[in-house]
Amino acid sequence: MDWVKIGSAVLLAAMLIYLFPRAKQAVQNSPKGSASDWMGFVIPIVAVVLFVILLISLV
Amino acid sequence: MQMNTAVTRSQEAILATNKVIKNTYILLSMALIFSGFTAFLGVASGIGHGAALVADIVAIAILWFVLPRTANTAAGIPVLFAFTGLLGFGLGPVLNYYLSVNPSIVMTALGGTGVIFLGLSGYALTTRKDFSFLGGFVMIGMLVVLAAAILNIFLGVPALFLALNAAIILIMSAFILWETSSLIHGGETNYIMAAAGLFLSILNLFQALLHLLGAFNNE
Repeated sequence: MDWVKIGSAVLLAAMLIYLFPRAKQAVQNSPKGSASDWMGFVIPIVAVVLFVILLISLV
Repeated sequence: MQMNTAVTRSQEAILATNKVIKNTYILLSMALIFSGFTAFLGVASGIGHGAALVADIVAIAILWFVLPRTANTAAGIPVLFAFTGLLGFGLGPVLNYYLSVNPSIVMTALGGTGVIFLGLSGYALTTRKDFSFLGGFVMIGMLVVLAAAILNIFLGVPALFLALNAAIILIMSAFILWETSSLIHGGETNYIMAAAGLFLSILNLFQALLHLLGAFNNE
């Protein structure tokens, strides 16, 4: 196992530890979205997915 | 009289929000140009994965420990450029690899990232929808992706690598909507922190798209 892999894993683990309390706070404090809110999110995300599929088919 | 004061305050708040949005996009554009230059330096100097990892570690340390302390001062701008420049420089080995096997992948990923970012930002800015409910989703998504990425460093499963990059594209797209909405609705009032968040999401989006296009191009 080379040191770059170990270093990358340590960096990602540090990010995980750093983000964990912020994620907990975000989950507790974020308002709940209604069905129409989620629909307003799903539409652009579906567009992104279709666009990425288009890019994959182009290269 | 009270009504006039309320209207004036509301107008002031709108003007302040528009100023934050304008400053964020100006700073983000400059940071992207600068990181493009440092990425070129990373490619031209042929740095290895070790040097790229060191650049990334220093950049993350700046993001966590220096930027939050300087974001409300003039020093925040050079600190942001140091952060974005180091991350751009750290792209050197990945870009070198894809440029050597198929340069069109890099160009397609670059153009694709631009279209996705502008499309999502434009959607959030024109509809003015409040995406603050995405906060928990984005954070939990990031934690899951990080945990799976650590696992895959040791397992090296190609299917998990593809799934991770697809997930990163979705989470970063959600992050762009969330951050842009936060700028519009006054949740984020510091344009330096907003530019740093959006820069990170664009960089992750670009890298994930690059890996996906490379994988489907059998590279």
